[in-house]
Parts: sequence; C-alpha cells; structure tokens
Amino acid sequence: MAALWTLPLLLSASLLGCLTLTPPNERPQPHNLPPSLGINSSDGSLSVDLPMALRVFSMDYHHVQAPFEIVLWIMLASLAKLGFHWSGRVPAVVPESCVLIMVGLLVGGVIYGVRHSAPPTLSADAFFLFLLPPIVLDAGYFLPGRLFFENLGTILWYAVLGTLWNVLGIGLSLYGVCLLAHSSLGDVSLLHCLLFGSLIAAVDPVAVLSVFQEMQVNEQLHILVFGESLLNDAVTVVLYKLFESFLRLPMVSGLDVLLGGCRVVVVGIGGLCVGLFFGLLAALTSRFTSRAQVIAPLFVFLYSYLSYLTSEMLHLSGIMAIVTCAVTMKQYVEANVSERSNTSIQYFLKMWSSVSETLIFIFLGVSTIQDVHMWSWPFVCSTLLLCLIWRATGVLLLTAVVNKLRRNAVTFRDQFIIAYGGLRGAICFSLVFLIDDFPKKRLFITTTIVVILFTVFVQGMTIKPLVELLDVKRKKRALPTVSEEIHSRLIDHLLAGIEDVVGYWGQHYWKDKFEHFNKKYLCRFLIRNDHQASSSILRVYQELERREQRGDEEEAPPLVDPRSLGRPLLPEEMESIRRILSRNLQNFNNKQTPAYSRHTLHQDTTVNRTRKPLYRHQSLGERSSYNTITHFPQGEDGALSEPQRARTGLSRSHTVCSISPRSTLLDSSVSAGSAPTRSMDPKAARENRVSPKQQETMERASRKHLSFVFENEKQQ
Amino acid sequence: MGSSSSSLNKIPNAQELMQETGFSAAHLLRLYERFEWLDRDNRGNLSPEDFEALGGLAMNPIGGRIICAFFSPGQDTMDFPSFVRILAHFRPTDRHRNKGGTQQELPNSRNRKLKFAFQLYDMDRDGKISREELLQVLRAMLGLQVTEEQLQSIAERAIKEADLDKDDAISFEEFKKSLEKVNIEEKMSIGFLQ
Repeated sequence: MAALWTLPLLLSASLLGCLTLTPPNERPQPHNLPPSLGINSSDGSLSVDLPMALRVFSMDYHHVQAPFEIVLWIMLASLAKLGFHWSGRVPAVVPESCVLIMVGLLVGGVIYGVRHSAPPTLSADAFFLFLLPPIVLDAGYFLPGRLFFENLGTILWYAVLGTLWNVLGIGLSLYGVCLLAHSSLGDVSLLHCLLFGSLIAAVDPVAVLSVFQEMQVNEQLHILVFGESLLNDAVTVVLYKLFESFLRLPMVSGLDVLLGGCRVVVVGIGGLCVGLFFGLLAALTSRFTSRAQVIAPLFVFLYSYLSYLTSEMLHLSGIMAIVTCAVTMKQYVEANVSERSNTSIQYFLKMWSSVSETLIFIFLGVSTIQDVHMWSWPFVCSTLLLCLIWRATGVLLLTAVVNKLRRNAVTFRDQFIIAYGGLRGAICFSLVFLIDDFPKKRLFITTTIVVILFTVFVQGMTIKPLVELLDVKRKKRALPTVSEEIHSRLIDHLLAGIEDVVGYWGQHYWKDKFEHFNKKYLCRFLIRNDHQASSSILRVYQELERREQRGDEEEAPPLVDPRSLGRPLLPEEMESIRRILSRNLQNFNNKQTPAYSRHTLHQDTTVNRTRKPLYRHQSLGERSSYNTITHFPQGEDGALSEPQRARTGLSRSHTVCSISPRSTLLDSSVSAGSAPTRSMDPKAARENRVSPKQQETMERASRKHLSFVFENEKQQ
Repeated sequence: MGSSSSSLNKIPNAQELMQETGFSAAHLLRLYERFEWLDRDNRGNLSPEDFEALGGLAMNPIGGRIICAFFSPGQDTMDFPSFVRILAHFRPTDRHRNKGGTQQELPNSRNRKLKFAFQLYDMDRDGKISREELLQVLRAMLGLQVTEEQLQSIAERAIKEADLDKDDAISFEEFKKSLEKVNIEEKMSIGFLQ
C-alpha cells in the first residue's frame, strides 16, 4: 500500500520537473537549427546532433505542454484517489475530499518550494466551464425523481429561504463585526459584506456529496441536503451578481433591489426553461439513434453541456439548466437507447464527475499555497462562527415551520445533519476570485479558503462520529419495545396505503395530471415506436430491472442463534433485534432508503438479464387500464385464503428477479417463492407458472438479492 | 368550496353519513369524487381490482391486507357509505369537541383506530393475533432482508412482551396496552381529512 503512495509523489515530481524545465520566457526553437554539437538542454529540447544530419532522437516539450500537464494533473488526482481507497483504515476516518485536499496542499507546497512562485491556480473559468458541469450532470441524471418532487416544497423552502437567511444574516453580522473592529476592517463596506455573505453561505453540492458518501444517510435526508445544495445555486449566484452589480453602481435605490428580486426569479425559471428545452431536444434526438447506437451517449452529454453553456451565456442559472435537462431527458433516453448505451452513459457520467471532483479538491489544496494571503483574526474567526450559527438557526427555524406541513417530520437528527453538513466547497472559492479588485480582496480570499478547509476537514471528519453519538443518545433516552416498533411501522404502512386510496388531493392531483399528459403526448412523441411500453406494468418492470442492476446490497447483521428461541433473550440479542428493526422497518413507504452510492454503479450485471423479463411479459395479456400494476388474485368468494393472501402480500413487494441465496424463506413458505413478477400473472395461469418461475429465479439466485426497499420507490 | 346541497344530492344518505362519520360536506363530496374516480367501470361500487390499480398500494408491503380490511369478510364489492365509514377511522381526533361522550363512539376514536390496525394482523377475525399471523406481517414488512431465524426471534420477542395472559397470542386488549405509549391519534390520522 505504501507503494501506491509513492506513485503520486513520483508523478508530482515529474510534474514539477516539467514545470521547472520550462523557463518563464519561452523561445520556441525551430527544429532546423544550425548544427551544434553536443547536448543542448537549456530550452527543453534535447538533441544529440550529428553535423548536418537527421536528428535521431529529440524531445520537444513545448509541443505537448498544455495537454501533457493537464493529463499529469488528472493522473495525479486519480492515483491519489486510488491510493486513498487502498490505504486501509483511512477511508473510515477521513473523507476522500480531505485526503485530496491534503495531496493538493502537498503538491502545491512542493511546487512552491521549487519555483518560489505561486503554483498554478484554478481559474474561475476553468472551474465553471469545465469542472463543475460533469458533477452537476451526474447528480441530476441520477436524481431520484419521485423523491425529489415529493420533497420539492421542503427543498425549495430550505434552498431559497434558507439561503436568503444565511446570506443576509452573515452579511449583516459581518458588517457589524467590521464596524466593531473599525481600525483594521474599516474599509469593508456593507455591500462588500453582503457580497461576501452571498458567496460564503452557499452550500456546495460537491463537498456535501463526497462527505455523505461515507455516512449512513437515508434517502430522504440525502435528497433534502442535496436538492438544497443544487437549488440554492440559483439564489446564490444571483445574489452574488446582484451585489456585484450594486457595487458598480454609484448608488443603490429601492428600485434596484426590487429589480434584483425579479432577477432571482428570472434566473431560476430561465435556467429551468433552457434545461427543459434542451432536455426535450435530446429526448427527441435519441429517438432516432437506433441506426447509430454508438454515438447515442454522446448526445446526452452534448445536449446537457449545451444547455449549461447557453444558460451561462444568458446569465441564467447554469446548474438549474443542466439538472433540469438531465431530469427531463432521462426517462425518454433510457427508453429509446439500447441497454449498452445506457450503461455507457452512466459509466461515463460517473467517471467524468469523479475526475472533476477529484481535480477540484486537488486544486483547492494547491491553490491554497500562494502569496496573496491576508490574515485578520477577527474577520476570519467571526466568519467561521457566524456561518455555523446562522446555518444552525436557519435550519431549526425553517424545519419548525415545515414540519407542520409534512407527513414525515424532519427529525432532530436530520436537522443536525442538515445544519452540520452544510459544507462549503469550490463554488465559493471560484466566486471569491471573481470579485472585482478592492483593497480587502485578499482578506476575502484567505477567509474563504479557511472556511472551506474548516468545513471540509473539521465538519467532514466529525460529522459521522457526532451523528453516531446522537443516535446512541437517542436510543438511551427512549427505548421502544419491539412490539411498539413493529406496530408503529405497520401503522406507517397503513397510513401510506390509505393516503394512496384517498388520493392526497392537491399533491397527487398534479402528479397524476402530469403522468397523464406524459403518457398521452410526450411519450408518443419522444419515444421510439417499438419501445413504447404497451402497459405501464412493463414500464415499471423495466425500471425496476434497471434499478436492480444498479442497486446496492444490504446485508442483514447476524443475529441470535436459532436454538435460543426457547429461552428469554439476552440484552445484546435484544439490542441487535432492535437494530435490525430500526434499520429495516424505518424505510419503506417513507422512502427512507440508503442513498445510492456515488462511486459505484453496477454490482454484478448479466447482460441477458434484462431480456428475460421482457419476454416473459409479452405473453401477458394487456391491461388497458391506466395505472394498473398488479393483478390481485382472488378466490371465488372474494375473501382470500390465508396462504394466498400472504403470498400476494409478499409478491407485491418483490416484483423483480433474484432472491437472496441464503433466504430460507423459499423453503419455509410458499410466499417467498412468489417473489418475481408474480403480481403480474393473470390469476388463472399463476399456479402453472409458479414452478418454472421458481426455478428461474433460483437459477439467478446466485447473484445479489434485491433490496426490499427498491420497489417502494417506484410507485404508480 | 361551493358544495351546494344540489351536488350533495348525488350522494345518498349524505346527512346521515356526515353525522355518523363527522366529515364535512366538502370532504364528503371530495371523497365521492375520489370514489367515482376509483370506480373505473362505473358500477357504483368498488371491487378489489379498483384498489389494486393504485400503484402505491401495490407496492405497499401490506397492501393486500389493507385492501382486505376495506371489504367486509365475504364481500366482493363496496359501496360509497362503507368506503366513507372506513376512511372515517383516519380523521384526526378532535380533542376539543366533547359531546358528552355517551354518544355512539365516533369512528375516529383511539379505540376504533386501534381496532382497525388490529384487524390488519388478525385476518381470520378470531380476536387474537397468533404467532403465525404476526410472522406473516413481519415477513411482509421485512421481506428478504432478514432470515427466517431472525424473524422468528423478533416475533417471539414481540409476543413475549405483549402477551400478558400467556396464551401465546395477542388479544386486542394486550395490543392496546402495548401501544399505550404511542400517540395513535396523531399517527393514524390523515391531516387533510379533518
């Protein structure tokens, strides 16, 4: 493992070797020099000369300098990442982003030491135009759509109001601090403070994602934090640009403030529209890619990037555009394009976003080493404190209000994670470089770097232990009995079911309307003719198949010895039962499932898998009803017999493929055998199909088992 | 909401229903619209197929049981009054309204809510949750993530905790007692059915 660490060092050595070999003023020497004997290396080109003869061996670094250096940086970043994952216990303690920043610091320090000048920094343009889009695209493409839209109100609440609260709070309090420390900070005006507040309050999706990787965060929380960090971009960037343009105006009137408010709306909605437009275009284009399947993934990337660039050109929110584009085109592209292309799209997205993120962190580290630092204790410390305080109070207040309107309350643990997990990252960093020059700009830069490093290192490393501490405390306080847990969860499921029956008017109304519109018009237009699912059963099934290929495994912890059933259970057994219950039962209809892992995509996938179920389904009769998913087999008298009910109760929840190899349920009751696609069978044929299907599923049972929770994500 | 009495006339026995369940006229009307939407064949009553058409219910681990709970044992169809009566269980409990209490117990009282939940376990309606019934529910909820032995242990523990008269089954009274610390009125209510 130590060997892998030497590689990045070797690379950085070669990198700085290349950098130092290039003199500040480059005189590109023409190749056909007058003959000179000996080895000439002062300008980076090495040649052994024979008089008047052809050069056998020569090196010309300038020719390839730019791409060479870029590749070396990327190589360094990736090797550091590799080394991180191979280094034993480090990933458990230190999040990846921290390690990358440290590597960057190291490399930056080395370069600085050798060249005695600042190492190359991350230019804001490079960041915004090249490094940020892949990450956001990846996030948008894999966004759990249903969960996102169901929590959209809360997310918007946090994003817009929370950011405003943070910006104004931090800005105004910083101004207060500047007034107090008038001697050193007197020339920082209110607008400057507000500007700084707007860029430092932004929670960064990149940093947040990379830290949440390591944590056991349920999906609802993940989507809240992540959605907030995505959407607050619109608010942040607009406020930033607003304050910046205010700074340039001789004076600011009330009208300007009003116009600024309008601008926020325009930027957000504008970005949305641009994204929608390009998303639909991409979907339409993908419809015709059947004859040139190899370039189908390219369209996804091109259109998304185009939407980003277009909205940046129009000074709209690029992040919103690209996210909207990805969300819009995803379902149509997935339906139109072959499985292999889908896989390619996903892999490329993951790869690019991974590289981008790594580069960003490394450059954050490198850029920290420079000459431009200006330190001021009151400013820096108060900024740190204020960021924490305002975020905490903001989250508490907003949650108190929003919990009244939500069915699944945001618990205190969640609130803590949201508040403490508000990491700042490279967006703040780039924004601070873009400020027009003014005397205290270097102070701002230094402060930003300090805040970023603090949040990433301190908050990033301590959030996991703190959360675990909270969990322990919570457990100690109120230990529900096992019965209570089981019954409570049953009631949760019941409530979810009743809500489905009643229809939750208001919210589902729009969702139903959209689904209807989608099915009737959009799908016909945007999806290839031969790929249009004949019934929504098929669609759901395909979706579940795909998800299953992407899903994670979750292993249940080992529990009690089965022979111990007779005697009273020991405390530790009780504890593990409780752990199982709280982990497994608290998911489901609340959709609080473990979030997808950012850095893994497929587990074991067999190419043939997707084809089997489709063949199976084409034999099913058509159900023309709109939202039908399952057919509920019944006995003659309508009241189900016991085993049947149990079977279908189980079949509902396991609509797809494989069964856990160690599942003894297959033996113990017929119910488990009903797992795959049983719900789709017409009742008459069910009995006949059970045995062949069981065999099929048992064949595939050697693979991972399907996590229970997936099916509940996809409803209707 | 503009629910004039003329639209209420579509609903038979509207006034009695409102009084029995406590729903307002507006809600009753909305429920009627929902009933009609669910009733795809326009037969005037609902069958289990109409419920299965709801995707969310299909994905629900206890979806089948919920649907069964809607229909009285032996019945295959459900008309609007029964639909409303079942849903009345999920109205939030109105603590401030104390109409003497000697009146007929409102459907959304704590007792009735718990009874409804109890029936989800007790499918054979014998008044007790046997170990097997509990296991079935656990299996449905926990599914394939947990092995059979673990399920057995969990069920064992649950019964041990709740079973006071040692008959190896949980009666309704024991069920109620085990949930006495849980805020059922709030948990089993759907806010907008107020």
